[in-house]
Amino acid sequence: MGGLRCGSLVLGVLGACVFTYAAAEPKYGLGTKATEAQIAGWNIDVAPDGKALPPGNATVAEGEKVYMSSCVACHGMKLEGGVGPALTGGEGSLTTEKPLKTVGSYWPYATTLFDYIRRAMPFQAPQSLTNDQVYAVTGYVLHINKLLDANATVDASTIANLKMPNQEGFFVDDRPDSKAVACMSNCLKNP
Amino acid sequence: MTKKSTASAEQEASKTPLARRDFLIKSGALVGTAAFGLVDSKLVMADTTSATSLDPNLPLEVPQWTRSLGTPTASPYGKPSTFETKAIRSLYPGLKDTMSAYSTSPLQELDGIITPNGLFYERHHAGVPQINPAEHRLMIHGLTETALIFTVDEIRQFPAVSRVYFMECSGNPSFLPPWGKTAAEVSGLVSCAEWTGVTLRTLLNEAGLKPEAKWIIAEGADGAAMTRSIPIEKCLDDVMVVYSQNGERLRPEQGYPLRLFVPGYEGNTHIKWLRRLHVTDAPAYSREETAKYTDLMANGKARKFSFVMECKSLITYPSGTQKLTRKGVHEMRGIAWSGHGKITRVDVSVDGGNNWTQARLQEPILTKALTVFRAAFEWNGQELMIMSRAIDETGYVQPMMEQLIDERGKVSFYHNNSVQPWRVSSNGEVTNGRA
Repeated sequence: MGGLRCGSLVLGVLGACVFTYAAAEPKYGLGTKATEAQIAGWNIDVAPDGKALPPGNATVAEGEKVYMSSCVACHGMKLEGGVGPALTGGEGSLTTEKPLKTVGSYWPYATTLFDYIRRAMPFQAPQSLTNDQVYAVTGYVLHINKLLDANATVDASTIANLKMPNQEGFFVDDRPDSKAVACMSNCLKNP
Repeated sequence: MTKKSTASAEQEASKTPLARRDFLIKSGALVGTAAFGLVDSKLVMADTTSATSLDPNLPLEVPQWTRSLGTPTASPYGKPSTFETKAIRSLYPGLKDTMSAYSTSPLQELDGIITPNGLFYERHHAGVPQINPAEHRLMIHGLTETALIFTVDEIRQFPAVSRVYFMECSGNPSFLPPWGKTAAEVSGLVSCAEWTGVTLRTLLNEAGLKPEAKWIIAEGADGAAMTRSIPIEKCLDDVMVVYSQNGERLRPEQGYPLRLFVPGYEGNTHIKWLRRLHVTDAPAYSREETAKYTDLMANGKARKFSFVMECKSLITYPSGTQKLTRKGVHEMRGIAWSGHGKITRVDVSVDGGNNWTQARLQEPILTKALTVFRAAFEWNGQELMIMSRAIDETGYVQPMMEQLIDERGKVSFYHNNSVQPWRVSSNGEVTNGRA
């Protein structure tokens, strides 16, 4: 435990104290306790368990309207992409030399789509959509990817319970994977 | 200086490279000597003499700037010489939009291990926010004893540490053409600086970590609200919340007033404009750690949480678009780095990787920082294929690109730390050896 050491011999005249660094640090008493209301203002990350999804709901049809007014300029009439990335297509492409990584072909969790739209979209006006609008457009993108019916209602349970096609497509970093050795001479002839 | 003494100095200058060359050969430090055999010393002497001849403007004139006053003292913020026109950042080749974009450090114009702040590479996802530090806050909440909000001034009151670390974008570069022309175009998404701030461990101690804390989700205050999840072990190891870079406050494009710094991890995790640290028991699986910054293998499966930037090196002189203008001994220069620790060795080759020689490492050799290497080599008009290969303290050897492609395929995009070849042609011009 660290602590304040007062130099009574050397610095005693000045009454100076010097902190000694040790295994555990003290508390410095800095910062202000955050209230629940303050935390709620910024706490927008949604993990795959969906527990942090906000109240709200919307329909896929409402999502189409949001998409056509706020998203279509960058992502295209058919979500095929343009200035922004494609949001659909690419199924079966991940093993080819031209993989198309979209919500349908690549994204492992629908919660990620909700989280990303809410925090960072539309590109020119991030965090301008209501939660209902985010549910709506999330549902529309999932519908175009054939993951929700056209008449579906979208809420927290819809997003949290949806199994995405590529959910099992990821594995934790297992590098180092290369096995280079530091050959010094005639390396191209005797690799 | 008189004419006589000038001529004498010129003679001295012409002798020095030859003496240096002999030393290099005797000490075995000249790269490629074994491969190409000893060069006829008379030829070297003749070439050296002609190559070091001064411009015929003798007698030396006293220049205008010696006979007049310069500019006034104390310009508010100093700038490079106006003659240094090449030491600039460039938008990554092919990019048009500048809001979600990246710029490269001009590696071929830089010396040493510290990247000047104005030349540090950039990657923004929604432009550069201009933040008044008085209005900025950092909140730590979640699996802590106390949820806390800090002002920037309070963050600066914690015990400070200063450490030199590199930072590198994980897509530096991809595995597919077009191949970059210059060192900056090939690997300019790496830079190095001295960072000052508070360790994240200190901040977490202030809030009090609960035992079930396993991850920290860091979030920025920019229009992308950039979000990455960092394992708690790393957070308690060497992660910092920084406010200064190379002695001055962070530049806006580097996260002013606060950024997360995650030594050795891919640049995207170093959240800029840091406003929130959410302590959790699981990662967020944010867009940046799923749709982006995952490495797609040839079999269609993707590597996730591939954080560490593995050992890498790059020759910056001579490098693409530069030119050797004389025959004789030259100094090859470059940088090496590893997200796993210190660089222990760099080897260089002038014959396309057939034979290798150990380069000299320049002190200081710091953990997770750029390390400079140098190696003398001789060029007499023959074509060379020069390359460097770094080894770090874990024993990991920087691979050839073919070795990475064998393991991963060609579309994994991120984490290409392979050996970079440069071709020196018979006229001295240097181009990318992959092209």
